Amino acid sequence: MQQPNESQWTTVVKPRTGWFDIDLQDLWRYRDLVVLFTKRNFAILYKQTILGPLWILLNPLITTILFNVIFGGIAGLPTEGAPSFLFIMAGNTVWTMFAACINNTANTFVANAGMFGKVYFPRLTIPLSQVLTAAINFVIQFVMFLCFWVFFYFNQAKYGAMSITPWLLYVPIVILQVMLLGLGVGIIVSSLTTKYRDLAIAVTFGVQLWMYATPVVYSATSLSNQPLLAAIVRINPMTAPVNVFRKALLGCGTVDIIGLWYSLAMTLVLLGVGVVLFSRIEKTFMDTV
Amino acid sequence: MSLQNIPAREPVIQVTGLKKQYRLGQIGGGTLTADLQSWWARLRGKEDPNVKIGTDTRLFGTTFMALNGVDLTIYKGEAVGIIGRNGAGKSTLLKLLSRITAPTEGEIKIKGRIASMLEVGTGFNQEMTGRENIYMNGAILGMTKAEVDSKLQQIIEFSECGDFIDTPVKRYSSGMFVKLAFAVAAHLDSEIMVMDEVLAVGDMKFQQKCLGKMSDVANQDGRTVLYVSHNMSTIRQLCNRCIVLDAGRVIFEGDVEQAIAIYMDTTDVNVSHYDLRDCGRLTPNSGVRLHLDELTFVGKESSVFSADETLRIQLKWHVQEPFDGVNLKFNLHFRDSSPVGITHPIDLGPCVPGKEYSTILNFDPGVLAEGQYFFYVDIFEKTLSNSVCLDKPNKEFAFEITNPDLTIPEWSPGWGRIHFPPLVIESSEVL
Repeated sequence: MQQPNESQWTTVVKPRTGWFDIDLQDLWRYRDLVVLFTKRNFAILYKQTILGPLWILLNPLITTILFNVIFGGIAGLPTEGAPSFLFIMAGNTVWTMFAACINNTANTFVANAGMFGKVYFPRLTIPLSQVLTAAINFVIQFVMFLCFWVFFYFNQAKYGAMSITPWLLYVPIVILQVMLLGLGVGIIVSSLTTKYRDLAIAVTFGVQLWMYATPVVYSATSLSNQPLLAAIVRINPMTAPVNVFRKALLGCGTVDIIGLWYSLAMTLVLLGVGVVLFSRIEKTFMDTV
Repeated sequence: MSLQNIPAREPVIQVTGLKKQYRLGQIGGGTLTADLQSWWARLRGKEDPNVKIGTDTRLFGTTFMALNGVDLTIYKGEAVGIIGRNGAGKSTLLKLLSRITAPTEGEIKIKGRIASMLEVGTGFNQEMTGRENIYMNGAILGMTKAEVDSKLQQIIEFSECGDFIDTPVKRYSSGMFVKLAFAVAAHLDSEIMVMDEVLAVGDMKFQQKCLGKMSDVANQDGRTVLYVSHNMSTIRQLCNRCIVLDAGRVIFEGDVEQAIAIYMDTTDVNVSHYDLRDCGRLTPNSGVRLHLDELTFVGKESSVFSADETLRIQLKWHVQEPFDGVNLKFNLHFRDSSPVGITHPIDLGPCVPGKEYSTILNFDPGVLAEGQYFFYVDIFEKTLSNSVCLDKPNKEFAFEITNPDLTIPEWSPGWGRIHFPPLVIESSEVL
């Protein structure tokens, strides 16, 4: 009898060894699953709520109003001439997506342990579906932002000047980058939470802190006389995307080209680390969870 | 085994030197720094500073080999049964085959897609309709949307849930739920199916339908089925080859009847005392409020009894909270795991925490035919509406009944398990 040669085997299961053995082909085969998980995320999120999907808009709207009252109104933080409401909403729209990516992927393993323990499918489908969900929410929230944008654009005299800049063309890339950064950080956290559960609790808090290190409610240029804070904001990879988004749609602030490259590099590094960690953990986490 | 005269069989699964180690006790060093230290040391090829000197175990807990060097080859189109006692490594083997967790050593080579059904209805969402769940479950099991589309009608028909297919599954009865779940799994196109006793679902009629479907899968479509069960009759019905696992190793591979005979011989009747403190439990949350610590066949070296002898069984147990009364029954099985019967529940009386209780029970095996049996101990609390399991150790307490009555030389298995007392002649006269 002829022994089949090595290439005939479609799958070889081995002890976890390699640092980078994520099977992208496998992931592609399960693309329908990513779509279904995304649908499910929407289906179950707003079941038995009165306002239903309206919450996708209400959530960022209420946050924006709140921030606007506190930081724009009470604290009176400068907004570089742009309407304060729109200025904060622009930052918040980008941030909401990023935060959702992290918060929703962070508990991937623990929340799905029951399912993971019974069936194999590429585990990365779950974080990917969460990122996709966040991206769809972003699109909806972006449309709401555009409605407000139109209103403010035609009332510039009353609320403050604004303009569109060619950076608009770069916005899709920046959004993709934010998604990947959120995915990267999210899967790093989710991989570590299988062993250290405290991280899951710390992450909500951490994401909030991170927001204040990002120019969401204030402008990056207003920190010029506070070197420590300015340095923190500069090493934060989320700074450049928020700045680009504002520059493109409101024409305010400046985009630091070096900062942009740095942010892109950090995204790739964090995503790489995340994928490596995730692919190592996914093989044996069932023994530790 | 010589393969010369067998037509070329194509291996679809090849397992070599497979080992799986589990850590007992606390997992992880507990602190991040200790873990980082160990990791850093391993990375540089140095000795782990957190390992106790003189032992090769970790500081916390010890290890346990769930699989200890398994070699197997499964050929295309086979229906292979995997049997073994609880803890023999069956579930671990299935988990490794279905890639839920990675092995510690060795490798598995697979040709084709594997669909594992360690549970039916994985990923079913209560809020979604039957139809949506078919797509969801299908996708989790590896089907694409197009594949599910093409099989949707067959799946709905097989599930017998046609009228409710657009109703959220939370409104389904548990029977319907399981039928729908099985229907999805049964229509997978995977070349290899791995199943763990999932056939024990639904009513008898549906079970037979499932079994029929499974043998069709193996016989007609040339697909391969791996089936783990405690139920020897379904193994006989479904499988054409059998593997017996014991203590993490393959102890037999081949003919089904021979395998079942070997499996039954692994029942240990030479034990008369069981320590159940670290033993697993059969139902979740059992063994917490009440814990069975020891079981002893009183006054015996081995648990071999004559049919006219009474089994004296001592239980030692304690409780975490006071009870007005707890009920106990034995679930009796023949050694091939087929159920024989249960004892009528008895009340062990009130009990309070902080004390250890010892109870000696008498069991009269009178009507049992000769052979090897085992029982599970089931302690439960009866409330007004239902009964809640308090403790059910995952341990088969084996014993053997020998026949003191030499008027029947040997009991034939075909006669069943009960040796009724002779008929009573009420009257007899010459007509």
